[in-house]
Amino acid sequence: MLLIHCPYCDETLPEVEFTYAGQAHVVRAADPSSQTDAEWENFLFIRSNPKGPHYERWRHLHGCGRFFNAVRDTVSDRFLTTYKAGAPRPDLSSLQGDRT
Amino acid sequence: MRSCRVPGRGRVDASRPVGFTFDGRRYQGAAGDTVASALLANGVHLMGRSFKYHRPRGPVSAGSEEPNALVGTRRGPGRFEPNTRATVQEIWEGLEVTSQNRFPSLRFDVSAVNDAGYMLFSAGFYYKTFMWPRGFWDKVYEPFIRRAAGLGVSPTEEDPDTYASRNLHCDVLIVGAGPAGLAAARAAAVEGLRVVLVDENAEAGGTLLSEPQVRIDGRPAWDWLADELAALKGLGVRIMTRTTAIGYYHQNMVGLCEKLTDHLAQLPADTPRERLWRVRARWVVLAQGAIEKPLVFNGNDRPGVMLAGAAQTYLNRYGVRVGDRPVVLTSHDSAWYAAFDLQGAGARVQAIVDTRPSVREDLLHEARALGILVKLGHTATATSGRLRVKSLRVNPVQGGQVGSPVTIACDAVLMSGGWTPSLHLFSHTQGKLAWDEAQTTFLPAETREDCVIAGAGRGLWGVQAALEDGAARGREVAAALGKDSAAQAPRVQGDRTGTGVTQIELPTDLNAGRAKAFVDYQNDVTAKDLRLAVREGMHSIEHVKRYTTNGMATDQGKLSNINGLNIAADALGRPQPQVGLTTFRPPYTPTTFGALANYHRGDHFELTRKTPIDAWAEAQGAAFEPVGQWRRAWYFPRPGEDMEAAVRRECAAVRSSLGIFDASSLGKIEVIGPDAVTFMERMYTNPWAKLGVGRCRYGLLLGDDGFIRDDGVIGRLAADRFHVTTTTGGAARVLNMMEDYLQTEWPELNVWLTSTTEQWSTVALNGPNAAKLLAPLVEGVELTEDAFPHMSCAECTVAGLPARLFRVSFTGEIGFEVNVPSPMAMQLWDRLWQDGQRYGITAYGTETMHVLRAEKGYIIVGQDTDGTVTPYDAGMGWAVGKSKPDFVGKRGLARPDLVAKNRRHLVGLLTEDGSRLEEGAQIVFDPKQPVPMTMVGHVTSSYHSQAVGRPIALALVEGGQDRMGQTVHIPMPDRTIAATITGTVFVDPENTRLKIEA
Repeated sequence: MLLIHCPYCDETLPEVEFTYAGQAHVVRAADPSSQTDAEWENFLFIRSNPKGPHYERWRHLHGCGRFFNAVRDTVSDRFLTTYKAGAPRPDLSSLQGDRT
Repeated sequence: MRSCRVPGRGRVDASRPVGFTFDGRRYQGAAGDTVASALLANGVHLMGRSFKYHRPRGPVSAGSEEPNALVGTRRGPGRFEPNTRATVQEIWEGLEVTSQNRFPSLRFDVSAVNDAGYMLFSAGFYYKTFMWPRGFWDKVYEPFIRRAAGLGVSPTEEDPDTYASRNLHCDVLIVGAGPAGLAAARAAAVEGLRVVLVDENAEAGGTLLSEPQVRIDGRPAWDWLADELAALKGLGVRIMTRTTAIGYYHQNMVGLCEKLTDHLAQLPADTPRERLWRVRARWVVLAQGAIEKPLVFNGNDRPGVMLAGAAQTYLNRYGVRVGDRPVVLTSHDSAWYAAFDLQGAGARVQAIVDTRPSVREDLLHEARALGILVKLGHTATATSGRLRVKSLRVNPVQGGQVGSPVTIACDAVLMSGGWTPSLHLFSHTQGKLAWDEAQTTFLPAETREDCVIAGAGRGLWGVQAALEDGAARGREVAAALGKDSAAQAPRVQGDRTGTGVTQIELPTDLNAGRAKAFVDYQNDVTAKDLRLAVREGMHSIEHVKRYTTNGMATDQGKLSNINGLNIAADALGRPQPQVGLTTFRPPYTPTTFGALANYHRGDHFELTRKTPIDAWAEAQGAAFEPVGQWRRAWYFPRPGEDMEAAVRRECAAVRSSLGIFDASSLGKIEVIGPDAVTFMERMYTNPWAKLGVGRCRYGLLLGDDGFIRDDGVIGRLAADRFHVTTTTGGAARVLNMMEDYLQTEWPELNVWLTSTTEQWSTVALNGPNAAKLLAPLVEGVELTEDAFPHMSCAECTVAGLPARLFRVSFTGEIGFEVNVPSPMAMQLWDRLWQDGQRYGITAYGTETMHVLRAEKGYIIVGQDTDGTVTPYDAGMGWAVGKSKPDFVGKRGLARPDLVAKNRRHLVGLLTEDGSRLEEGAQIVFDPKQPVPMTMVGHVTSSYHSQAVGRPIALALVEGGQDRMGQTVHIPMPDRTIAATITGTVFVDPENTRLKIEA
């Protein structure tokens, strides 16, 4: 079972307190009606499937209830970092990851 | 029956005899025996039949890696366990043990005919043998396979035992209490570190239990062991025996299964049978040792053929001589010591047969001194004996040529093909292995976990090496945790180290194509099967594994994987690391469902949510149905009524007078804040800005893909406050979705969302007399058509209780939903029930609610919709606020596929013959078309309607809204039913019944 650091609670807690919420940084357009079919398709359905660092969203459901973002390595299943919703994408090269 | 017990040997207590039965026959063992050691002490080797060929088998090992000696154990009613390893199960007075996979008896089994037909059951036989003729599958092949397949018999009664689970946090978890684990524990047990040492065996000690000749710090091994265990406990080390580390999960979480009662004659009260531990350790030390490899040769599976190390364990730990005239067959030094030990315990070792042309001088010298015949550079080519090995056929090998055979009479063959580090747990969390050419085995390489391996797991042999490595790893872990440890390993005398060579199947002068040289005993996979698989194109070890089932039995290939790999690599002509090893998966050994489920069974399997009215409904004799996690009253049968009669009566009561319904499970979300109306405008399809305070509206929630997600009536209680209701099953999902959009898309909105499902209980009153009953009880609102029209809401007092009153209808009758704080709900219900008697008030359940709403064409999200239905498909375009700049799903509704012609529309169906359709039945336009027909929709709801006087149905039908009046067909197994497409409203389409008469 993974240990996940909630950036709002600032505590590292077991995975069962959290739920996964899909890929991060998928931006819903301010005016969806102005989006082309292709753009809206991209927003709704097209997701990355990287082997390596993946930007994704989690929710501390059985805790503070906040949605936050994380970078997780899909190969090692390690969280490289977690950060608050709305914060910019962290620079991958600066991430070492937590060993435990 | 002859005793094979050797006086003065072993750790069992011969002064405490233990009686047990095996296949109904009574045997006597000693306290400390396993089933296997006790039966061997009685001269019994035959303990089971193999899975595929039903060949007679005996134990090949003395531990949890055992593939052959699987038995059923029983302790009275309900306490039966199949596939228990006889080498692990401890005996107790009265234990009932039965053999498996045999009929009528273990000694004579009719399915052993499979053995003669072994050519039929070669690798991949599932895919080849049963392919033709096609029609045979159902009637011949499948019943045959189902009868023959399976290992043991499933218990049929409910398990009366209890199981538990606990969490444990520690600094250092050490798996394996052999010399390496003990030394690691001693080194890590420095001030302030919490150390846990676990071992799957009944007692700690590992190899030391089988090697009493070793002296540690000048003292006999067992004396040293006893003192060391006491010392470790004194240092605060928690030692857990009969505790298997079953899985190694992310970030140093290790699952342990502790067996608490399986070894006890009397079950203690209030003790669970097993306890599952979830351990989170800062560091893990794996000291699991190594597993001996069998040699692969023709007839290597007869009872009496076992691993040399196992024979040593039976002798030295259990005081059992597994044979009087054993032959040792080996490619490793370690088996020589088994020969020496047995010779010293009164056996006459017939020969030591070693595949190597030369061995260490001291071994030869000792064999000579003990008078044991030695045959170097020999191979084994056959065995004889039906239920117990009688002889071993050996041949010299020179320059790759197999010479003339000699047959050696014997009653046991003790084999060793060397040792394989036990790295299962290490592999569970992606620990990488590296091939070691010198030892022809995989050794641990990198891991991402904070984990070290100690002792034989790293390919180190001997007690001294294990102790030293354990101490070093313990110091290393202590240092990583910021502690200095100075612990040094004690000195060992009498250590037995050695080396060996790795063999693929042993060379033979016989037809290799007919050899029964087993690699995987439990799944009956032979070397020939592996080579056949490679010839037939299986070039990846993963394919070879699945095609042959090598390593796929309950022992997970503890004995077979490495031999299988060596043979497959040889057949492929590629080095082993290029062929690769299959991945080990948890659990390490078979684990009961009881341990995994532990507390979560019966009523604790899943929580049941009950409304405050539940007890009343139960007292009324209601039938219940689960909805989400809720238990809801389904219908209220009177004596003699079945469901249909009860629902007919309930429906009639609501339409003619008054019904009362517990709607407490409806999801409720309070949306509050200065931006609450903006938030609602964006979430729901409907317009909310102009909805007045005190009014409510049916709201439709879409996903951004444009499909219906949920619905419910939403009341505006104040300019900045909405009382949102959701479907019973959708409450949590809707709140999560709202939070998602609020937190991440529109964080600028000042809105609070609160789940109030549990705070408010909801009592619905429906029927022509609903207002008459309620009006006198309400303070603060006048229940007239003008003052409180349909779709009004108010905060008021009902029967003296604080209430939120909604005038809504899910039945088409005058309707109210009274929300009161949950603790007061029963008080309200009682009052309404009493006062309602004059109107013949009738309690109705979810089934009647479903019928009444279907008569009005009101949808149930998830029943009439399935995640691909838009508001327009459902005929609810009126609920879409088209002029709003945006709402969740607005852009989605404009997607090309969602505006396409001929989408499936929700329509009504009336059958021409007046029969009731089945929900889920598929619909076609042309019933005469050839099969497979083009299906154009399905029935979503179907009921008998008392009000309409015939069955009614709702259905999704392609282009249905443009096909009013047309006939569709519903093919059923026995006939095809014709039905006419209608509108979805079957009762009172003008909604005249909603009005309160002045």
